[in-house]
Amino acid sequence: MSDLLRLATAGSVDDGKSTLVGRLLYDTKSVLADQLDAVHRASADRGLSTPDLSLLVDGLRSEREQGITIDVAYRYFATPKRSFVLADTPGHVQYTRNTVTGASTAQLGILLVDARNGVVEQTRRHAAVLALLGVPRLVLAVNKIDLVGYDESSFKRTAKEFAAHAGALGYADSEVLTIPVSALVGDNVVERSGNTSWYTGPTLLEYLETVPVEPDPHHVPFRFPVQYVIRPRTPEYPDYRGYAGQVAAGTITPGEEIVVLPSGSRSIVERIDTPDGELAEATAGQSVTLVLSHDLDISRGDLISVASAPPVVADEFGATLCWLADKALRPNARVLVKHGTKTTQAFVTELISRFDEQKLSSVELPESLQLNEIGQVRIRTAEPLPVDDYTASRRTGAFLVIDASDGTTLAAGLVGAPLPVRDAFNPGP
Amino acid sequence: MTLALDRKTGNLDALESEAIHIFREVAGEFDRPVILFSGGKDSTLLLHLAIKAFWPAPVPFPLLHVDTGHNFEEVIDFRDRVVAKHGLRLHVAHVQDWIDDGRLTERPDGTRNPLQTVPLLDSITEQKFDAVFGGGRRDEERARAKERIFSLRNAFGQWEPRRQRPELWNLYNGRHRPGEHVRVFPLSNWTELDVWNYIAREKIELPDIYYAHEREVYLRDGMWLAEGPWGGPRAGETLERRTIRYRTVGDGSCTGAVDSDARTIQDVIAEVAASRLTERGATRADDRLSEAAMEDRKREGYF
Repeated sequence: MSDLLRLATAGSVDDGKSTLVGRLLYDTKSVLADQLDAVHRASADRGLSTPDLSLLVDGLRSEREQGITIDVAYRYFATPKRSFVLADTPGHVQYTRNTVTGASTAQLGILLVDARNGVVEQTRRHAAVLALLGVPRLVLAVNKIDLVGYDESSFKRTAKEFAAHAGALGYADSEVLTIPVSALVGDNVVERSGNTSWYTGPTLLEYLETVPVEPDPHHVPFRFPVQYVIRPRTPEYPDYRGYAGQVAAGTITPGEEIVVLPSGSRSIVERIDTPDGELAEATAGQSVTLVLSHDLDISRGDLISVASAPPVVADEFGATLCWLADKALRPNARVLVKHGTKTTQAFVTELISRFDEQKLSSVELPESLQLNEIGQVRIRTAEPLPVDDYTASRRTGAFLVIDASDGTTLAAGLVGAPLPVRDAFNPGP
Repeated sequence: MTLALDRKTGNLDALESEAIHIFREVAGEFDRPVILFSGGKDSTLLLHLAIKAFWPAPVPFPLLHVDTGHNFEEVIDFRDRVVAKHGLRLHVAHVQDWIDDGRLTERPDGTRNPLQTVPLLDSITEQKFDAVFGGGRRDEERARAKERIFSLRNAFGQWEPRRQRPELWNLYNGRHRPGEHVRVFPLSNWTELDVWNYIAREKIELPDIYYAHEREVYLRDGMWLAEGPWGGPRAGETLERRTIRYRTVGDGSCTGAVDSDARTIQDVIAEVAASRLTERGATRADDRLSEAAMEDRKREGYF
């Protein structure tokens, strides 16, 4: 079992995400004395009688002034069982792009709702975003349970409604957990609450410590985007030529046949080099340098794949975009696509449909994609790209859409149509 | 009680691999990167990872040190030794030069830490650096927890937290317009304890002021400061000889020492794991100026 879990929070504004994160840090003794002193001081300055734990995480001036979270913050905490990297994301509608940021690397999503309101529009939107980005598990934290008098029936109603929504997004029952919590008081976050005797499941922390950690989906074999060609030209290494990169998927061993894409030339992996010595095997996530048996013309932007099962090389493909920019997307937009280590010019030739994450249905042939909207498009690239479906490989199936004029990141791109509720959204040809 | 800093070392390989990936991305996409190097533990670690990223080729970037003139001698010696050992190129921007020609004015409190911003930005402009590696970590401070790994700065070097680019998967967007540059933080996901565990694992040499030694220090605002050209001790502050070490290394005017008997790296790791104070809270006077001191400095162009 991995000892590291990457998680992202999401939820509507004022549902208490920052307080929940503050509570997790506080109750796991992850807050050191000087940080706590600062929170006590700042809370007292604001005339509060108890420390406002959200001040532990809302670090920016305007966040503290407005009592909201504006940007993703990354937090690190640990228990004897596991270490955690937590992306604490804002809830405001205009910052949904930050939920996408947090979710792109998360293995678990924590959604918060206010127990008084239950599942709301933002909950459904965020769950859809998490599902789309392939986050394998969801927790719904029904917060402020103290404010509904620890009422079991309203909790059950919310849990049932959320389970139905998550199910429609493709989550199995075992991948979704709903927990009644009060971040303010501390019920069921780290300490088990005496106020919810009707709840028999784990506390939030117990769940985080024991939930299976699923690696990114790597249902494809070896993939290696070439980042940099290492050619020392030093007296010690006059002829050295190595291809540096991070293994995006699968595993490789010396002696295996590879193919370089898009050129299609083939060779054999002679060695896997690292500064600490040669490796017998390199696997997803490792940064290594490959030395091949043949002198080929390979440069940054190429992809080395195992020869027996290469990805499709295409200059036209269907994709899903999460549009993250204020400027709307219209058909025939000229953009840049960054896929792996390759950046190429591209046209978004067609807007096929827009996803309605409330109704889990699609709107055909939309005129545009606006900020925070999700849609299916067709892309044509100036150079062919070796692409996998996002559902098969979170790394080689992902790309950025970039504004060529000012460099803005316009969209998160997912190759293929890995949208939740495949049937509703992709009615087929 | 188990402390949060008690992280397991199993993640060090993942952190190393991520940092190496970041170095190579920058080498592949930028024309003139530079590594900020002060001789402190974070920048020494940064340099170690850069050397690994391009092995067996030399590091394809020069180093830049913004020298406040308020240094610990041991650190400058160490800096120069490391540069010579690896055959690196080092640019030094002396804050004193900016004071001498009137571009900067000495502050009444004598600290030169905030004065580093202008020489840093001037050097970036003059040398046309387009990517600047820093050793900043998100665990250091609340404002830094919001920092991206690739952080776009405008022509004034300013950080605008509301306008940060989303950072998706491990696809870093380094595009920038002329005059803009990108700050790059390969150690973003490391904690102080990760840094120490990795330094131990890799047997990385550091300036010896990181380990317990005897020094003449005086107490100011609850911190032990060493004697130096930054104006201490003042009247009423008395020097005494104590066994101390430094957790961070920066401008001598605002970098405090901690009482410590940690003479080996294992002692240091044990001490850091048990500490109830954060690194910056324990030893950095400049972060105590206001609730948002770090954010304010970052907005001006500081790291």
